[in-house]
Formats: sequence, structure tokens, C-alpha cells
Amino acid sequence: MSQQMEAAAVQRSDWFDIADLDQIVPGTGAAARLGKEQVAIFNTRDGIFAVQNHDPFSGANVLSRGIVGDIGGRLVVASPVYKQHFCLRSGECLEDGSVRLQTFAVTVRDSRVWVAAGE
Amino acid sequence: MQTRQLVVIGNGMVGQRFLEELVAMNQNFQITVFCEEPCPAYDRVQLSSWFSGATDEDLALTDLAFFERHGIRLITGEAAATIDRDQRRVTGNKGTVVDYDALVLATGSYPFVPPIPGHDREACFVYRTLDDLRQIKAAAEGCRRGVVIGGGLLGLEAAKALKDLGLTTDVIEFAPQLMAVQLDTRGGQLLREKIEALGVNVHTSTATQCIEAGDTARHRLVFAEGELETDMVVFSAGIRPQDKLARDCGLTIGERGGVVIDDHCMTSDPAIFAIGEVALWQSRIFGLVAPGYDMARKLAGHLCGQGEPFSGADMSTKLKLLGVEVGSIGDAHGKTEGSRVCVVEDSIKGFYKKLVINQDATRLLGAVLVGDTSDYDMLLQYALNGLDLPESPVSLILPSDNKPVLGVDALPAQAQICSCNNVSKGTLCQAIENGCTTIGALKTETRASATCGGCATLVKQVLDAELKRRGVEVNDHICEHFAYSRQGLYHLIRVNKIRSFDELLETHGTGRGCDICKPAVASILASCWNDYVLDPKHVGLQDTNDNFLANLQKDGSYSVVPRIPGGEITPEKLLVLGQVAQKYDLYTKITGGQRVDLFGARVEQLPLIWRDLVDAGFESGHAYGKALRTVKSCVGSTWCRYGVQDSVSMAIYVEERYRGLRSPHKLKMAVSGCTRECAEAQSKDVGVIATEKGWNLYVCGNGGMRPRHAELFASDLDDETLIRYIDRFLMFYIRTADRLQRTSVWRDNLEGGLEYLQDVIINDSLGIAAELETQVQGVIDTYVCEWKRTIEDPVALQRFRPFLNDDNPDEQIVYVRERGQKRPARAEEKDKVELVEVV
Repeated sequence: MSQQMEAAAVQRSDWFDIADLDQIVPGTGAAARLGKEQVAIFNTRDGIFAVQNHDPFSGANVLSRGIVGDIGGRLVVASPVYKQHFCLRSGECLEDGSVRLQTFAVTVRDSRVWVAAGE
Repeated sequence: MQTRQLVVIGNGMVGQRFLEELVAMNQNFQITVFCEEPCPAYDRVQLSSWFSGATDEDLALTDLAFFERHGIRLITGEAAATIDRDQRRVTGNKGTVVDYDALVLATGSYPFVPPIPGHDREACFVYRTLDDLRQIKAAAEGCRRGVVIGGGLLGLEAAKALKDLGLTTDVIEFAPQLMAVQLDTRGGQLLREKIEALGVNVHTSTATQCIEAGDTARHRLVFAEGELETDMVVFSAGIRPQDKLARDCGLTIGERGGVVIDDHCMTSDPAIFAIGEVALWQSRIFGLVAPGYDMARKLAGHLCGQGEPFSGADMSTKLKLLGVEVGSIGDAHGKTEGSRVCVVEDSIKGFYKKLVINQDATRLLGAVLVGDTSDYDMLLQYALNGLDLPESPVSLILPSDNKPVLGVDALPAQAQICSCNNVSKGTLCQAIENGCTTIGALKTETRASATCGGCATLVKQVLDAELKRRGVEVNDHICEHFAYSRQGLYHLIRVNKIRSFDELLETHGTGRGCDICKPAVASILASCWNDYVLDPKHVGLQDTNDNFLANLQKDGSYSVVPRIPGGEITPEKLLVLGQVAQKYDLYTKITGGQRVDLFGARVEQLPLIWRDLVDAGFESGHAYGKALRTVKSCVGSTWCRYGVQDSVSMAIYVEERYRGLRSPHKLKMAVSGCTRECAEAQSKDVGVIATEKGWNLYVCGNGGMRPRHAELFASDLDDETLIRYIDRFLMFYIRTADRLQRTSVWRDNLEGGLEYLQDVIINDSLGIAAELETQVQGVIDTYVCEWKRTIEDPVALQRFRPFLNDDNPDEQIVYVRERGQKRPARAEEKDKVELVEVV
């Protein structure tokens, strides 16, 4: 993890051109590669969000396949494996405050989705 | 604590309950049980259901595992022959000798056969044991007419059995009316009218003088006036305590039989106890199971040093005889001095209700109900707890919408709610306090309404009242986004023809939705409209399994289960499964539902795998959906020496009919070709078992974490009726169940229980049967294999790419080899072991 974070820090300002926005069906997520990392990108009514694709509870790279929604006003994705909820904005796990996903900056330019490496 | 030898003679309902009560306590007995019958305890109360399809297993109250688990020595097929009180020794009629420190007599009773000349002719039976029933059934083959001597409770049960066997049935009663113990004259008369309307001939005030050879049938019954010819006679003229053993060893016996006991069930020998129908307490024999259970509980307590005395029992009873509801409470005959009565009778609707009230009209002493027992539970509480009657007591039995409701709050804590299992209101409240907030949970915890189910409505009222009193908001909202239950959402969607989640959220919800309501709504939409689940407007609602039409495994890969209807597969197709598994290196396992599960497929492999499978003629198995999974079958009459129907063809038909039907939870079914039940249909949501005349339908069974035997729903159905009932049953479940509620839990929470369900499905009591059928037909007509459609849909296929910006597979899904196949690498293996090459 520390190695990954180091790598992320080095590339702090690097933006990656990922895909056309219409590749992500509204209301769902999709996975993308960001160098050696995997991110889960969600296309929601409230905007585009990206968090790590790695599910810290199951160890599988599956968060992009979770259902998005809101719990108590916070936008979340539910892990498709054990159903924990993670805040799409902060990465915080609603069930376990000690767990937080890495989040990524996302933007849409000319209908293309761009994700920034690092926080 | 020193181990003491305890011997129990008799393993009937009460004997078994005693064992259960005892082993649940902290005790130190070495227990031996003598059981005269070849099998351990079964439910004698439900004996008649054996003729309408219930099996020995259905009736069983225990199994050998129980005795093994608790280290109890069970001696079946051997009756105790003598008791040596000096040596404290019991000797069996096959020579087994067991010494005791304490001895419990639970020998029950035997049927009284009046000493009429000819009573011992052939085809004259009694009605007490499974063996009696077998003999009656065997003899009925060559019979046209049957007679029951005795018009009491058991006699009418026996009459139902004869009628079910297809015999012309007569009931002969010595007294001027039926059920003279429980009913008054008018009640008995109405019961008679109703039973005669069902085609059973009733003769009251009739004494049989002798039975002799007949002219047109096997026997002739000769009465004081007239005679009657019949092929079979069943005696049901009352029971007598089985007290011979006790007599022979010199215990004190009542004048008219029965082993005399004190308040602790102790006989005249302090080492010997008696419980159930053999026991005589204050000159009374209790011929019902509930008082026997009470004695069993009290004695178990007494033997373990908890001295709660037996203090008599209420003999009120509610039952259904030949389909006629009958209830009797307390002083039904108005024998109390100065008592007064209120009577309501409706000969159009066919009911009679009588209240017996004390002189100043403040207390209910007794009641008689025939044709409608819906007031029974409430009246019983008034009688048992001495509650103040309303100003006009007759209002309690008047057919009225604003009948005074007995607030359960008015009941004292000691009020008995469930008499079968002696559960008081206080016990229920304690369980609710401890977190049982559903009927199902309450039933499991306290056993309330778990035997006859008669008190289910009252239990529900206690639950609701308690939750309300505690300020627990009884909230059935599915989640924070919808203030509706699943059932409520279902109605909204159906009535307003809502076709998408967004439309529903906009009109009836709030916020964005979540992983609770989205899949639930997706399921309802699929049940109602059967749209393609991967349509862009539905795809974000699906759980990942539905989302990728496969089953997610722990490492993020999926498993694939093609449909194999009824478990029947050609060698060619079986080879294809092997080839596909080889080609994509899939771990292969046979499922419990007679299918093949192929594991370890990555997302991007799924469409490729399915292209191969669809080309070979396979369809989606919906193993990923809350939908019909599989219909298991045995090989049936086609091959099996014992099969009586073609179970495989039926299973295939059923599976293909309901494939793709989305429901609140997964659905499993099975079809067995004979009563040996090799397809294990009684552990399924819908189970079908062949009979010689057609099919028996079982519903609401479950395996898994909390196994539940399916219940017999209807018997000897032809193909068409069977399918019609299943259609209605499934759609009624889909309409009314909660989210992720299997049929077993749904059934346990269904007010009115199995009877209600039968009423809705068989008698169409809600008038919705046609609608349910149409709806199922709609789903059947619009069925499309989801995988066939998906592999031809370029938009849907985009979502199966591993990454938006890369087609190389996720390198962190890694496998090692074990027993010739791959399996997911464990974390510590991922770094060091030589990994399986990616296909």
C-alpha cells in the first residue's frame, strides 16, 4: 500500500484519459486501469465519481460492480460481495469507520472521462 | 450428581413430550423407553390426515436421531409386560429386563370395543394407531360401505377417513346426538345436518345389538329397530386407560380405571409416576393432548427438583370435523346453577353459537360453537381469565363488523394463549422483550401456535399490541427511500403500470435509492412486466449476479450454471459442458439441484462461454437470480420399478413453464415419482409427489439453515389442476411476500396459515385466481433466454469488458491446482506459488 501511495504521490498531477462517458451506463459503474492501479468509476445523477476498485473486505477487485445509491443523504456504493457501503465522495466505509477507500479526482471533457492519479 | 435409572413405558405423544421436557433440563438420568409400536412417537391428533396423503414421516413427532443425541435407549416393538415393584424392575414381553430408580407410565389408552356379539368378525377395526389405519386402508380395497360405531370426536374423524377411502359411510351413535360430551342438543343437531349434507348417514339413539353375516354386504348390523348392511366396521366408542400393568403390580386404580396420581403425577408407589390418558387425577381422566403435555412438563420439573404441581386442565376444544368447525368451551351444557344463555343461530349461513353466562351476566362460563368458530379464541380468554363481559354479552357472538374487540391488553400475564404448548401471554411478552418481533421468531422461540395453530391470530394480536405498547413503530418500510412494504410497492407498480425504478422513485419515493430497494424493485418489475433485466434503465438496479447473469465468487470471478430441466441431459450436451469447462479451464462441480456449476469465469469470458453453450442448445439456468432455480426429479415410472407417474416429464414441464420467473427470493422445486420421495420434494418451495391417482402438492418447504418440511397442500390432483394451483401459489407468493422472504418464512408469517392459503388458492376466496393465472401466463409468454439475448446485444456486451480502457484480464484473479482442477489462490499463495496460466 505504501508503495502504491508513493507512486501515486509522484504522479499527483497526472490525468488519464479513460473512455467516452457513454461507455458507463447512467446509474452504474465500470472499472478502469490507472497505471498499475484499478479504479471504479461511477456515472450517477449527482456526477461522476472514482474510488479504488479493490474491495478491502473481500480482497477482490469488484467495487465497480456495486449498486450506487444514497444512505442518510450520503452517496454510496455497496460492495457486491459483503454489501458494506462506501461513501463515493470521501471513500469512508459507513459500517467501519477505520476503513477508507482511496478516491480519485474525475472530470469530463468533451464527453471523455478523465481520472487523476493520486488524491 | 449420581446417575439414576429412569424407565418410561410408552412413547406416544405425551411420553415423547415428557422426554423432550426432561432432556431440556439439567438432569442426570439414564433413560430407557419401552415403545410397543414399531416406530417412535407420532401425532395421533392428526391421524386422519394419513388418509388424505400425509405420510408416516409427516406424522412423526421424533426420530431415532433424537434418542441417539440424548443417549436414550429406545426399545421399539416391545411392550412392558410386568413391573416388579420390590426389585424395581420392568420386564418386556420379549424378555428385556431393565431396573429403575424412577418409572413413568405413559401407556395412554386403548379404544373401547363394546361387547356386541360379532364384534370380533373380520373387517372390524378400531381407530387408534398407524397400524389400525393400514389395516383399514388395506381392507377398504374390496369394500363399498363402512360403518363407524360411535359419534363422538374420534368417531367423526374415523368417518372422514372412510369417506376419504371412497366408502359409503354411516355413523351409529347410541346417544340421542353427536358429540354429546362437547355439544348441546341444538349444536349436535346442526352438526348432524351439516355432516349429512356431506353424504355421511347419521343414526342417533341407535344401539347395535349384534353383528352377523350380511346378504348384500359382509356384515349385517342388527338394531332394536331395523338393520344395516356394511362391509367394514370401525369401533370408536370411547377410550379406556391402558392401566393393566399398573393393576397387575398393585398400584391404586380408580373405580372405572386409570392410575390414581397426586399433583406431582405420583402414583401410590412413590417411585412410579403416571402421565397422560392413563392417569387419573382427582377422579378425572384427561382425554386431550394439552393436559397430557402439561403433566409431562410438570413431572419433568418435579423429577428435576422444580415442584410446580399439576392443577387440572381446561377441556375446551376447537376443531374441524369433516370440514365442519366445532368449538366447545367450559360448561357447554349450562350445568352451573343459575346460569343463563345467549344463543345466536343462522340457518341460512349455517352456524349456531351459544354462550353460557353466570347469573348476574358478568362472567362467561361456557360456549358451544358449530359452523363458525371465529369467536372461539376470544371467548376462551373471557372464560379462562374470568374477564368482565360487555354489557350485552350476546354482542360477542353477533355477526357484526363492530363487534367488541377483546383488547389483548386486558389479558393478565398468566393468561394462556397457546394451550397445546402452554404458552402464556407473559411468556410471549418476555420473548418479544428479548427481541422476537415477528410471528416466525416468536413461534420458534416459544412454540406458541406451533402445534395446531389455532391461536395464531391471538399471538399476532399480542405481538402487535406489545410492540405498540413499547413504542416500537411497526414499520414495514422497505428502506429509507420508500415508505412502503414490498407488497405495497408491488401494488403501486402493478396498478399504476410503472415500468421503471426512476418513475417509481419520482412518484412515490425519495432520495436516490439503494442496494435494498433497487434490486427489490427490479425483481417486482421483472415479475410484472418481464422486461430484459440488462436494459439500460434496469441494469443499475440489479445485484451483481443479475447484472452479469452469473454468480459472483469470492475472488471476483463468476460461476455459470446452464439450465438442465429436471436434471435430464443427453450425453452430447454433457460432453459440451465438459468441453466448455476444458476450453475455459473452469472448475466443475455437480450441484445439489442436478445441474453442473462451472466456476472461475472472468467477466469478459462470460459472453464467450455462453456463445458456446447457446450454440449447443443450452439456456440460462437463472442460478444468479431470485427466480426459479431448478426442478429436481427422480427417474420416475419410466425406469424405476416403484414409480407410479412420469416424474421426469412433469419436472421438465414445470421447469420450462416457470423458468425465468422472478420472485421475492429464489424458488426450488422437485417432482418425485412415488412416495419413496427420492427427489426430496418435501424440502422445496414447491414439491410434487406422485400418487396412484395423480399428484400430491406440497408447499413452503426449505432446506438450508432453517430446514422446514413442506406441508401437504392438496392431494391426488390431475396434471391440469396441479399446474393451476402452482401458478396461483407462485403468483400469490410473489405478490405478498417481503423482500428476500422464502416461501417457508412467508408461510410462517401468514395469518390464517395453511388453511387460509388453501382457501385463496383452491377455493379462490379472494376472487383473484383468474388474475394470478393470467399474470403467470404473461410471464411465460414473454420468456426469452437472457443469455441468448445478451450475446446478440452489442450494447449489453460492452459491460462485460474487464476495463473501460484495457482488454487484458484482471491479473489479480489467480488460481492454483488441486485434485486436477483449479481453485482460487489463497493470499499467501498468490506471491510464491507457480500460478495457473491465464486462458
